[in-house]
Amino acid sequence: MPMKRKSNLSATLALLPTWLVAVVVFIGTMAWSIRLSFTNSTIFPSSTYVGLAQYAKLFASAKWLASLHNVLIFGILYVGGCLFLGFLLAAALDRKIRFESALRTIFLYPYAMSFVVTGLIWQWMLNPTLGIQASVRALGWESFVLDWVVNRDMAIYALVLAGVWQGAGLVMVIALAGMRGIEAEQWKAARIDGIPVWRIYVSIILPQLGPALAAAGMLLAMGVIKTYDIVVAMTNGGPGSATEVPAKFIMDNLFGRQNLGLATAGATVLVLGVIMAVAPFRYAMYVRSKAKGAS
Amino acid sequence: MARAHPNGPKPTQITAGRIGLYSFLFVAALFFMLPLYTMIVTSLKTMDEIRLGQIFALPAKLDFSAWVTAWSGACMGSVCVGIRSGFWNSVAITVPSVALSVLIGAINGYALSLWRPRGANVLFALLMAGGLIPYQIFLYPMVRTMATVGLYNSLAGIIIVHVIFGLPLVTLLFRNYFVSVPEELCKAARVDGAGFWRIFFEIMLPLAVPMVVVVSMLQFTGIWNDFLLGLVFAGRDNLPMTVQLNNIVNTTMGERNYNVNMAATILTAVVPLAIYFLSGRWFVRGIAAGAVKG
Repeated sequence: MPMKRKSNLSATLALLPTWLVAVVVFIGTMAWSIRLSFTNSTIFPSSTYVGLAQYAKLFASAKWLASLHNVLIFGILYVGGCLFLGFLLAAALDRKIRFESALRTIFLYPYAMSFVVTGLIWQWMLNPTLGIQASVRALGWESFVLDWVVNRDMAIYALVLAGVWQGAGLVMVIALAGMRGIEAEQWKAARIDGIPVWRIYVSIILPQLGPALAAAGMLLAMGVIKTYDIVVAMTNGGPGSATEVPAKFIMDNLFGRQNLGLATAGATVLVLGVIMAVAPFRYAMYVRSKAKGAS
Repeated sequence: MARAHPNGPKPTQITAGRIGLYSFLFVAALFFMLPLYTMIVTSLKTMDEIRLGQIFALPAKLDFSAWVTAWSGACMGSVCVGIRSGFWNSVAITVPSVALSVLIGAINGYALSLWRPRGANVLFALLMAGGLIPYQIFLYPMVRTMATVGLYNSLAGIIIVHVIFGLPLVTLLFRNYFVSVPEELCKAARVDGAGFWRIFFEIMLPLAVPMVVVVSMLQFTGIWNDFLLGLVFAGRDNLPMTVQLNNIVNTTMGERNYNVNMAATILTAVVPLAIYFLSGRWFVRGIAAGAVKG
């Protein structure tokens, strides 16, 4: 129940800076960028409208198409890998094991580190001349190959490996918190019925963790479209354009190549992508809250 | 944390399942620990030892010179002053950014949930949308605007940028927290004659201390780990540690000093890791709360 209008003056004033940020920064700069994407701006903004020419150029660019392709592969494997490994770790930790808190710490600590640090660590480990490959070969397995960061076909999977290493702990924490909230009665009932433990996790626990895992997946997916630091630190988009991603493509054109129109067109496409990804969820939640309100 | 075991006490007998379970956990722990171990041993080796290509071998003798170089002598391009300056830049950027964004976020959350002035829902929706949209679309106009008002490439500029981009998450967490505070508390205080700010500082802020801690930790690690905004807005003299680290590792000419690189990498990760190790329970709680509600 809202309070009286008059006394709301202080509240309105207190929110003024945030209104400014929301309107000027979030809406204003976005409108500005979108407007630039319809001009032939290069190093300086121009006001000559060229319609959808920048978008045509964007989608004719092999690098941009490669970056979309890469971010799709990376996104699916990264989010999927984190969810899978995170759930598995949580289920294992849930089995009343020793050293639980030490293990939990070990699985989560990478999440506290930046993507730059994560990228550099894995770049070092996967370095073919001095890293894991060299060590295994020195043990006698001369033909062992682990050259992902310098191999065109495998570089994107090197990013996935580093990303999953960094993010799986987050899913584990969320899934474990969810598992601890499930009532003991369900466990007893399932055990009495003689259902094997793995079946209980798949058929009883997993469905109940749905919302928590969806939230974790959403959180990771939001990060995917922003993927930039880890690529810059680990492969810098290479070899060739094997690990080029849209966020990096935009940054390069914005500040490196002075290609303002193309960069803002790319950013606009990303925003549209986010809206298309988020809108169905928002709509579903809206419909659900309406239905709840009506009943 | 006390917990109820789902089905009885810890089992004592050894079964094939238990062996499999512990093997899985052991292998997983190895996978997660290996990079940290590798970084530490590499940072303690000499370059001659590193050239042998035994990445997992322990150092023949502990050599801390790489750490000294990383801290005060490593080169970024032609400047060789180590990562020390970046460390202090990161402190100077992160501390005020966290303090400001937490304060403003707490005020926002309080005003939005307990006062609900006109347009509160619209503002909240705008903030959430702003939090979802990739930064790239805001960058160029923000750079131009910052340059116009003289804040581009300045410490104040990068702090403002962090506060702005932190607002959606911080506001969301505080709003969700204050929603659960009974409205009667606010009403009673108003009957007693307290105004908007007095209620905030004397009742609501003290009440929200646990949330302040959690949000501060999330913001601190988030801002400390930032790369993109620091790269674009901080300017040469204020580059945060993450940007300097990438410059040290990825732009050096000639043979790379892997030991120095790894020491610098560990130094960059030390602060967020310390926060996580020293207050792990809060960190976990913050992540769980932020994730499930976000």
